[in-house]
Amino acid sequence: MIWNQHIECMSREEMEALQLRRLQEMVDRIYYNVPFYRRKLQEVGFMPGDVRHLSDLGKLPFTTKQDLRDNYPFGIFAVPMSEVVRVHASSGTTGKPTVVGYSRKDLDNWAEVTARCLYMANTDRQGVVQVAYGYGLFTGGLGIHGGAERIGASVIPMSGGNTEKQLMLMEDFGTTLLGCTPSYAMHMAEVLEQSGMDRSRFKIKYGVFGAEPWSERMRKQIEDHWQIKAYDIYGLSEIMGPGVANDCDARKGLHIHEDHFYPEIIDPSTEEVLPEGEKGELVFTTFTKEAFPLLRYRTRDITTLHREPCDCGRTLVRMDKITGRSDDMLIIRGVNVFPTQVESVLLEFGETAPHYQLIVEREGTLDKLTIEVELSSSLFSDTVTGLSKLESRVRRRIDSVLGISADIRLVEPGRVPRFEGKSKRVIDKREI
Amino acid sequence: MLKQVSLFLENKPGRLAHVCRVMAEEDINIRALSIADTTDFGVLRLIVDNPELAEERLKARGFLVSITDVVGIKVADRPGGLADALDQLEKEGISVEYMYAFLGKCGDQAMVILRLNDNAKGIEVIKKCNMEFMTPEEVYQI
Repeated sequence: MIWNQHIECMSREEMEALQLRRLQEMVDRIYYNVPFYRRKLQEVGFMPGDVRHLSDLGKLPFTTKQDLRDNYPFGIFAVPMSEVVRVHASSGTTGKPTVVGYSRKDLDNWAEVTARCLYMANTDRQGVVQVAYGYGLFTGGLGIHGGAERIGASVIPMSGGNTEKQLMLMEDFGTTLLGCTPSYAMHMAEVLEQSGMDRSRFKIKYGVFGAEPWSERMRKQIEDHWQIKAYDIYGLSEIMGPGVANDCDARKGLHIHEDHFYPEIIDPSTEEVLPEGEKGELVFTTFTKEAFPLLRYRTRDITTLHREPCDCGRTLVRMDKITGRSDDMLIIRGVNVFPTQVESVLLEFGETAPHYQLIVEREGTLDKLTIEVELSSSLFSDTVTGLSKLESRVRRRIDSVLGISADIRLVEPGRVPRFEGKSKRVIDKREI
Repeated sequence: MLKQVSLFLENKPGRLAHVCRVMAEEDINIRALSIADTTDFGVLRLIVDNPELAEERLKARGFLVSITDVVGIKVADRPGGLADALDQLEKEGISVEYMYAFLGKCGDQAMVILRLNDNAKGIEVIKKCNMEFMTPEEVYQI
């Protein structure tokens, strides 16, 4: 099912013409309306009207998370507050949150792109959509909500938590699609299995999961436990929220709604634009956003872009599932380590998504990695030898996958801290 | 079969006191217990008055809990009483994965909980050797 055939299946030439026109308008708007951008553009000698080709974008300055912090709360907004109809904010682990604003037109476009995502996940007006992303400052809940209303589905605005009630209403209301973080989807599956409820009484067939990185293996786990098709929805509040990209049934990457959000891949250290097909940091320029436009925003997410048309019929550029973050990437004893690698190892052991945390310390001159793993009932053995064996098996697999050794520490359920449904994966105590 | 409640605990100050406090709040009465531990974690093994209820309540309170089948036997309360019993099991190729005793006694006998590598076969051996069992009812109601 394709929500917007015209845009989603547009020829490359048409799309690029649309993008160039929108880029020119966008650069004009931020030059005249956002002093922060006017200064930045003047510093590189750029004037409105200088954008002649899409590739000129590569000459323009980047925007970073630090820029957003420096202009807290509304410094980069491009419209007066009277035009802003909503704000969201992302939780900052340190200090102030990152604040984003939406005009009425922005909310309209957000619902449009999220509607496309839900159609990719085979859901239309017949669907019953249970939104178990958090509602509030976090974009997840209201983002999916807007898209689900746009397609005319029946929305159950549950927000996160209260798992027993989620399951009860899911059965009683005949939910067909669940939207939440992948780790919460796994948690719900566990609770369902322990509850003795009858899965055959549920109508759920699809799920859109996102807001945290997850592996293909975790997708398989969710699909096996739930007996549903799981789709990856990508987004970040700075750019819009959920709905920036989503994968289709072809499973060849996530289609980016590039008529609104223009992606580039750069080398995170040299900041050079990389050719199509190379892996690097994803950078977005928002073409149509009125309240909070961003020029070349560095997402820190690591992926690859593909532009050849997809088996599903869409021509929208695709990005690979996020494999890590340039700022999540840890360098431990000179080795690059991504938390997602640890996750993939842990999934080989349990049947369920593990909660884990990487703790990096420096002892003398040596980095030490400890991985705390929450023990699950499927892994629990009542003998110490059994548990010690499990620890050493995990240790050996981590050694071979990461290329460095780590201490494995089994911890009780619930001991790894969780933030807004996302686990805090890394604690770096090194003072370098 | 006698049911033992096994519980995973991190080896951190206060965890044992915490689980004991929770059991008190949930009205679970401990009949016997043992702990096996390493520097990082431990397994608390409990014989309680109502194992199914204890499992349910401890799970609801967020603990990692499982139920294990164990064997309770009575041995003569004298030097060598336990050794005699274990010898007989060993002769038949049954090994003990872990064991622990009840404090207090039952008449002139002492009470021991065994986790065997093969519970079913172990029970046959115990019967054959005329060792005395503790029935679940007897244990839960001590």
